[in-house]
Amino acid sequence: MKRRLSLFLILALFVALVGATNAQEDEDLSGQLEIFSWWAGDEGPALEALIALYNEAYPNVEVINATVTGGSGVNARAVLKTRMLGGDPPDSFQVHAGEELTGTWVVAGRMEDLTFLYEENGWFDAFPQDLIDLLTYDGGIYSVPVNIHRSNVMWYSPAHLEEWGIEAPTSWEQFLTETCPTLQEAGVTPLVVGEAWTVNHLWESVALGVLGADGWNGIWTGETDPMGDDMIAVWDTFGDVLACSNIDEDAAGLSWQQAIDKVLAGEAGFNIMGDWAAGYMVTTLGLEPGEGFGYMPAPDTAGVFMWLSDSFGLPNGIANRDNTIAWLTLLGSVEGQNAFNPLKGSIPARVDAVEAAPELYNAYLQSAAMDWSENTLVGSLVHGAAANERFMGEFGQVVEIFRQAGSLAAANAMSTICIQSGACG
Amino acid sequence: MRSRNDRIIAGIMLLPSVILILVFVYGFIFQTIRTSMTDWGENLDNPAMALQVEKNFVGLENYRELMTDPMQFEFRTSMVNTFFFTILFVVGCVFVGFMLALLLDMNVKFEGVFRTIFLFPMALSLVVTGTIWRWLLQPEGLNALPNRLFGLEPYTFNWLSSRKRVLEFDWNDVPMYLTYIGLFILAILAFNYFAKRRWRSMGIVAGLGGILVFLYAVGFWENNIWPQLGITNREGTFIPTPEPKGYQVALSGIVIAAIWQMAGYTMAMFLAGIRGISEELREAARVDGCSEFGVYWRIVLPQLTPVAISAVIVLGHISLKIFDLVFAMTGRQNFQTIVPGIMVYGAFDTNRYATASAIAVIMLVLVSLVIVPYLWTQLRSRES
Repeated sequence: MKRRLSLFLILALFVALVGATNAQEDEDLSGQLEIFSWWAGDEGPALEALIALYNEAYPNVEVINATVTGGSGVNARAVLKTRMLGGDPPDSFQVHAGEELTGTWVVAGRMEDLTFLYEENGWFDAFPQDLIDLLTYDGGIYSVPVNIHRSNVMWYSPAHLEEWGIEAPTSWEQFLTETCPTLQEAGVTPLVVGEAWTVNHLWESVALGVLGADGWNGIWTGETDPMGDDMIAVWDTFGDVLACSNIDEDAAGLSWQQAIDKVLAGEAGFNIMGDWAAGYMVTTLGLEPGEGFGYMPAPDTAGVFMWLSDSFGLPNGIANRDNTIAWLTLLGSVEGQNAFNPLKGSIPARVDAVEAAPELYNAYLQSAAMDWSENTLVGSLVHGAAANERFMGEFGQVVEIFRQAGSLAAANAMSTICIQSGACG
Repeated sequence: MRSRNDRIIAGIMLLPSVILILVFVYGFIFQTIRTSMTDWGENLDNPAMALQVEKNFVGLENYRELMTDPMQFEFRTSMVNTFFFTILFVVGCVFVGFMLALLLDMNVKFEGVFRTIFLFPMALSLVVTGTIWRWLLQPEGLNALPNRLFGLEPYTFNWLSSRKRVLEFDWNDVPMYLTYIGLFILAILAFNYFAKRRWRSMGIVAGLGGILVFLYAVGFWENNIWPQLGITNREGTFIPTPEPKGYQVALSGIVIAAIWQMAGYTMAMFLAGIRGISEELREAARVDGCSEFGVYWRIVLPQLTPVAISAVIVLGHISLKIFDLVFAMTGRQNFQTIVPGIMVYGAFDTNRYATASAIAVIMLVLVSLVIVPYLWTQLRSRES
């Protein structure tokens, strides 16, 4: 009796195995695909749309959606490091395109070169050259950008500007000499900032305005001296701009959403924030771009697009390489980018995606996409494109030193972290 | 025979936990100390996340940087913050907890209900406490209450975001203050020995103090010790420029939340202590004509010293390691309320593993300074 049972079991196992191998031959891909990201909450649906698209094409692949919550990946990055050090890399992980990926993972030899994928899919023509340049390290390209956000945008409320009788300033000069005094007389905070990182975010728009695109890029190639007169001018202007802000009042307790709320409520005139703010105002608050809220490039930065981008790469030594390559191919396609970006509130990294389906994008995103294809592109510091993680992490200290000891000390400190982190060319 | 067998069996039974503790506690402490003396994450030529990381031994370099590198001012602020936070938190908890215990000891009705209410905050996680108190302390929170309830001017104190600093001192003077504290402790010891008429011990302690004063007076530390260790610059100071430190007013909100959380626990400890004092003793005092205040001051309080010491130790090691409460209330990149625990996390995030380990080791040393003397006295009193 026992022997018969075991025979039967062995037979059953055999049949199951044969069946399984047969199934594998029938379909393209199978097994698993683990996607590691920080797209939870509001951004979750955009990622799910991508996964749905992937599952349509490869129904036999089980997608494991591993998200770690926390804005701009603060917690996800720590978890990712633990997993990588432990020898358990996810099949593909979200990372800010540029130095955040290169400076940590590519130089460590943990990523696979994706140039072949770019050649196969013709992506060299689809993505702007400036973007590809920042994704390239030592001749290889290591990630596929999914979306683009813009850092240097100034937000305001058109109705309140009319009430105060002012226009949105196009230069810092104009902001400091006209806008700021007028608003201060009216009892309004001219420029609102929030917790520490939003102050750093303001700094990169001020620096871009004062230095220009070439001067900004020069910081990262070593052509702009961190202690030179230009940089001192950046810090001086930054100080003047902060003097027009709420930094010494309630800033440290405000999230970026609360800062935007103050602008919309008429308690503050302007706010400089990335264009996820548009997503917040359109989706969460239900405002109409151009009417409920106004936008323009940060002063002195018209014609320059300071970008940041989420991207995915191909780690070495993963179990499901084929599945991951299929995933990356989908991310770089027009179809994939148009499934993701309207829900996320960002624009596609491909310059040809919005044309393919303009009806998916609201007025703000269409104008941003237009700028993306026409403007000069520079990478954001605070959001991982321009500088490595060490520089990013310590830049907050430079701003703190500036607030305690002024321009010269800040320039000094910045040149120190330039050397310590090796981020400045 | 029997006892020898017993001993072997006992040894075998203990072995698994001994091995586990050796590996997972002491092994990892050793590993952390070793990492803190390497250049993992500090050397630009060796990527921190490489599959085979090259770690070079650098001795105490990372510690030197933390103490003296102008760019590492954040770590030094975190040390000062820990100092002030610990004092305020421990004193606040002991005071509030003792008062609550006294009140509950007055034979109040529904004592059990009150006890539960006061103990309840401890059941919350520090993250929950932090989040609630962050909301309460925002400008639109408690500060706006006088306005909302009575139409008064809203209170404008920035509990968590103030940039003010009081009790300022220069980091370069810290060795001087440490010397004073050392002398103070020696003086207390010497006085103690003097009272007990142990002349030889007193002589040793007084001699030590004298040598310390002499060395300090002739500038021995500045000229001979610090430069030898490589931790000062030419002027004999730690950092080229004065670095003002002090009590960051923004810590106040965190101290309040922390006391709210742990005062109930301290109350429970004191209450147990008070209940442990026999009623006969108190009665005897009353019969002898002692006032009710006198009963507490002269009978109860002296017998609570061991409880108070335990409370201080428990609270002290919590506050030295505090991370979650601060993380939830003021976030990571907040230079006013930074504490060492958050520094470790930040260093990890910027791939500076050696620095993170060095900070962790410093935290371990601080906690041992509190715990080890306590364990030592406990063990000694148990033996005697």
